[in-house]
Amino acid sequence: MMGKRRIRFVLLACIALVGSSWAQEIDAIDEARIDAATRAAFPRASADWLSRFKADQTLEACSRYRDAPPAETTRTIAAQESATIQYPPDGKLIGDWKRGEQIAQSGYGLRFTDYPSTRENGGNCYACHQLTKEEVSYGTIGPSLVDYGKIRRFSEPDTKAAYEKIYNSHATFPCSPMPRFGTNGVLTMEQIKDIVALMMSPESPVNRP
Amino acid sequence: MSAKARIRLPESARIGEVIEIKTLIAHPMETGTRRSNDGSLVPRLLLHTFEAKFAGREVFRATLHAGTAVNPFISFFMKVPGPGEFEFTWIEDGGNTTSERYSLTVV
Amino acid sequence: MKNVRQSLCAAILASAFAGSVYAQQSDGGTIERALETYRSMMKSDPWSNPGMLDVDRGETLWKTAAGPNNVSLEGCDLGLGPGKVDGAFAELPRYFADVDRVMDVEARLLWCMVKLQGFDRLKLLTRPHPSAGMPVRDLGAIATYVAYRSNGRSFAATFSHPKEKEMLALGEALFFRRSGPMDFACSTCHGDSGKRIRLQPLPFFSKPEEARRIVGEWPAYRVSTTHVMTMQHRIYDCFWQMRLPEVELGSEVSVALISYLVKQAEGGEINVPGMKR
Repeated sequence: MMGKRRIRFVLLACIALVGSSWAQEIDAIDEARIDAATRAAFPRASADWLSRFKADQTLEACSRYRDAPPAETTRTIAAQESATIQYPPDGKLIGDWKRGEQIAQSGYGLRFTDYPSTRENGGNCYACHQLTKEEVSYGTIGPSLVDYGKIRRFSEPDTKAAYEKIYNSHATFPCSPMPRFGTNGVLTMEQIKDIVALMMSPESPVNRP
Repeated sequence: MSAKARIRLPESARIGEVIEIKTLIAHPMETGTRRSNDGSLVPRLLLHTFEAKFAGREVFRATLHAGTAVNPFISFFMKVPGPGEFEFTWIEDGGNTTSERYSLTVV
Repeated sequence: MKNVRQSLCAAILASAFAGSVYAQQSDGGTIERALETYRSMMKSDPWSNPGMLDVDRGETLWKTAAGPNNVSLEGCDLGLGPGKVDGAFAELPRYFADVDRVMDVEARLLWCMVKLQGFDRLKLLTRPHPSAGMPVRDLGAIATYVAYRSNGRSFAATFSHPKEKEMLALGEALFFRRSGPMDFACSTCHGDSGKRIRLQPLPFFSKPEEARRIVGEWPAYRVSTTHVMTMQHRIYDCFWQMRLPEVELGSEVSVALISYLVKQAEGGEINVPGMKR
């Protein structure tokens, strides 16, 4: 009859063994294997569609490090992504918040049922964020953006930061879960300005009392 | 309407006992206000009536409208008067009916 | 008779939002509690789940002779021997020697429907999943029936065969792999506890406690689309949301991801069909 201490030891040893064998079971899978599996899983996809699986350097690093890259890689990503940001030629970063709200509400675009396209792409911001005070159907993957502009006193530097954040979130937060709306061509510059307006206008329902 | 129904009755019941009868049937319950992808209205097709008879007598009846969801689930209670058989009938717009008979074991 | 479910749901949500709706950070869990109440109400009477109608349909399809070869699926080996259904789903995905690959329940049923019954494989792979308002297709109904016959059991796929181990590795790699125009990986949405998209709570699949609670509820009846959604369909839908192309039913990618989920859910109870919004 095993004593209590012995039983506990045996149990812990078993758990450790199972745990370590589990860790060993998941061996590395190389890129070529993933590539082959991908091509086989989407037999009717065009080359265009298949190219969506090709991760660029940044995404490849983020995948490799499970979105927690080491400091050196973080700096490289921030620099690379920053360089892709394009600004409106006239320097005006604030558009129309009413259109911004529509863009934030819409999840349309780039899905395989959205072709041929019948309207502009949406940003689908509400999928992940709370924005206006009135909208209750909001997600929590990203932080709440209520009073975004108000908290930042509608300052110019923060307006620029908001624009950059939406255009390419990795410039300031490498491996951010947020899509690179501008760099990836999901939203146009005008659309991003409209969302900036939603964030940074005093009359916007994000900020007004 | 080739819908098959699911009926749930207790395994057995005593005379005078109040039992719950549950019914579930597959049906699109098309309201007539939806539009298909080309913009045209999808025609209304509802189950408008549900009747339950026990030992030949009507014990429950429901009139369903467009507010009832797809695959209607209807449950009701009955005080067991004696031995007998249930007959459940669903009537669709246009007159098609589905009927199912189930015996109740009365002890 | 008005649909009680719908009006009760509206009442619960309305009362939940009657209080302070917006907060700087989160709502303090008010929405989460309301959603949880709604979900437990939907599950309160498993018998009323319209997915049971598809279980019945699946059973009939399993037992009825069909296809050009006019045979039933009762000769189909789901891993425990031809025709043995009880407990088979609980041990899937697994390696099948006759095809030298790992299959989940839907990949295996596809193979049986083609090999035994003589159905056209391409036809079964074209538009395999229902659109909103349409019932689940035959393969999905049979999968729902097969899964139902493992109710009460725990997920127990062993992943001991080298090809099964390979599927796990591939599944895990794919789960964390970011790509597409939105830079999404599965883990982007399913990578943390307590998060949601709009009002849809998201399970954190890399956390076994959460995987164990959720994976066993699939296939599930979806109230918003009024049909049963199978796991292959669920993954197909995820790829759609991620702005990636249409993943083929039973493909290695789908089986790999399902393997990863089932491994995470190891020991979790199977209780299908689930009931989802």
